[in-house]
Amino acid sequence: MSSPKQALAHPASSADAAPGDQPGAAPRAHGRGTPPPGNDSWRSRLYRWDMKASPYAFIAPFFIVFGAFSLVPLLYTAWYSLHDVQLANLDGQTWAGLKNYENLLSSDFFWNALWNTFTIGVISTVPQLVMAIGMAHLLNYKLRGSTVWRVVMLTPYATSVAAATLVFVLLYSWDGGMINWLLDFVGIDPVNWRESDWGSQFAVSSIVIWRWTGYNALIYLAAMQAIPVDLYESAAIDGANRWQQFIHVTIPQLRPTILFTVVVSTIGATQLFGEPLLFGGVSGSKGGSEHQYQTLGLYMYDQGWIIGNLGKASAIAWSMFLILLIVAVIQLLISRRLRKSQ
Amino acid sequence: MRTSTRGSRRLMALAAIAALTTGLLAGCAEDSDDGSSNEGGGNGGGGKTTLTIGTFGVFGYKQAGLYDEYMKSHPDISIKENVTTRTDVYWPKTLTRLQAGAGTDDIQAIEVGNITEAVQTQADKFVDLGKEVDKSQWLDWKNTQATTKDGKLIGLGTDIGPMAICYRKDLFEKAGLETDRTKLAEQWKGDWGKYVDLGKKYMKKAPSGTKFVDSASSVYNAALGGEVERYYDKDGNVVWDKSAGVKKAWNVAMDVATSDMSAKLKQFDKPWDQGYANGTFATVACPAWMIGYIQEKSGEAGKGKWDVAAAPTAANWGGSFIGVPTASKHQKEAVELAKWLTAPEQQAKVFAKQASFPSTPSAYGSLKPAAATQEYFSGAPITQIFSDSAKTIPTQYLGTKDQPIGTAITDVGILQVEQKGKSPAQGWDAATAEIKDVLGQ
Repeated sequence: MSSPKQALAHPASSADAAPGDQPGAAPRAHGRGTPPPGNDSWRSRLYRWDMKASPYAFIAPFFIVFGAFSLVPLLYTAWYSLHDVQLANLDGQTWAGLKNYENLLSSDFFWNALWNTFTIGVISTVPQLVMAIGMAHLLNYKLRGSTVWRVVMLTPYATSVAAATLVFVLLYSWDGGMINWLLDFVGIDPVNWRESDWGSQFAVSSIVIWRWTGYNALIYLAAMQAIPVDLYESAAIDGANRWQQFIHVTIPQLRPTILFTVVVSTIGATQLFGEPLLFGGVSGSKGGSEHQYQTLGLYMYDQGWIIGNLGKASAIAWSMFLILLIVAVIQLLISRRLRKSQ
Repeated sequence: MRTSTRGSRRLMALAAIAALTTGLLAGCAEDSDDGSSNEGGGNGGGGKTTLTIGTFGVFGYKQAGLYDEYMKSHPDISIKENVTTRTDVYWPKTLTRLQAGAGTDDIQAIEVGNITEAVQTQADKFVDLGKEVDKSQWLDWKNTQATTKDGKLIGLGTDIGPMAICYRKDLFEKAGLETDRTKLAEQWKGDWGKYVDLGKKYMKKAPSGTKFVDSASSVYNAALGGEVERYYDKDGNVVWDKSAGVKKAWNVAMDVATSDMSAKLKQFDKPWDQGYANGTFATVACPAWMIGYIQEKSGEAGKGKWDVAAAPTAANWGGSFIGVPTASKHQKEAVELAKWLTAPEQQAKVFAKQASFPSTPSAYGSLKPAAATQEYFSGAPITQIFSDSAKTIPTQYLGTKDQPIGTAITDVGILQVEQKGKSPAQGWDAATAEIKDVLGQ
């Protein structure tokens, strides 16, 4: 990487920088010291330094912010997770070794939260992506006012989690909520959406689906529009109908995009927090009376900020981090497989 | 020309970095140094001291016009209230700021559920107010809760939560029950079990779509509020599973949860608010601070239909303190303001506006609820009812984890029985597991 840049830098600096632009500068700069031998002048050194250092300066802001607000907390959390730390006594930490992790592995609440995170993740991500592809496909047709439709699709994503969830809480309310009212209309018994096991998970998932489907649809739409038209034309000549075109042209072409959205959605699902917390209302961090929709994020919040056990909460945070790493590796393997098979 | 573009590029990069870092620093600083800015009072002016007061929920100071009044009599002070509505967000935030010694408000409110934790772990972060005030103004047990072992008073009592029963007279009438408040109080006097028995009677002829009570948890909290022994004993040991008080309150709550007399609502949830508006429950155990809430949520439709009767036992539910963190930059002024806000006269003003009940008995003689409140609750003598309750509330021993233990019992144990049809034994086991998790056992 560095060799072509240097190759570029050396001749350039010697050729025109020193004698060319500011005639007076060079002699003055070297006036008192020993005159620089040949092309290693002050200005050329500066130039070379510029070429080498400037890129780092440009990317530095991100890494400084990343270091201060991600890396340091991450490492500090790791340190905390090996200690007994109470929220009410942050300075009085005592070394606990792996006790917090052992505690987690033997805790039913942890495994329950892990399982919930997985099930809610699946029942929110899968329908969401399938619906998003379908919607993108429809939007890809020639439509009147297509921009309007696209903007409308993005509005749920622009809505705040809090506002959206509060509306859903009312819709799913057990007594007098609109969903139960509709169910009653078709003769189904009302469901206690917050306390039933699958009902609450379904309700939480529906909020996630509502918020993110449009967002994913727009990503798919962008990818679809990059698919060359002649692929569809030749498919049409071969006698493929719309549906066959969708299956045999669109989907294979979208493969990298689909993989991307799966990765992003999986990360989002693992970190799911705001929707279940607000859906639970007061003391929502328990995720229902039987923790039936308590995700890992909620469990961490409950341990750290409600119960005040920061050491254990940190251990949960690191477990989540490790789980995400494992998921990332699995996805990397799958994508490599896919690329080979293409 | 190349050098000049290079130069400007470098300049731009520098500028970008500078902008970003200063932005960050400003972001960090913002929290802590608003002590000297002029916001809040509205009437601006240089050289003013701005006092910030951190609260959760409605304290009624702003509503009763106390801030304006104080600023008028102290032209060099302006007051700004920072409200965090959820206690479960407010308290952890306050804890971390106290320990960091930065970012706290000049006055911080402390909920009764957190007061023991504050007393036992944060005492050195608060100014000792014991020397500043005449302690005899407050109810003894209120002071005791905020006093450390070595006699330091870290918070001044604001309101307390003496308990009554608020009931819908119109629904009682339809169900063929007694509607007179004194006769009702007589019927359930001394025992929450009698109150539940009346509920069973109510359910036999209940107007359609209504239940007797909002939730089993509210009955639990009300009953527990009258018990001396709660989750901790006098020496600070956890005794929740052996506590006679907890057992009593639990049994009453189980009676409610298993006899279909509850609307199964969770307090302070949106659907609970709607329950008020739609009149889906006939009674609610109401601490004084809930009076204003009921008025607001039931709205015009509930006017004159509500009434208040004395609760089966004198009980306390809730109430807060305000303390001055040592991190406050204007300690002296803050102490003055805290003293003034919690003085009997001011507490009486808050009661008149918001019906938050004073923790200073000398105010009781002069208490006057707002005319609208009086009218709303069918002219019930609420001042009398709450004062009577307040005077006989027993001293309760609180502990550091009172709040999460209580939540585990109501939101896990009772809720499972009430809403998921589990047996009381299963509910108890679930609560036990939860509390063990809370206590790290």
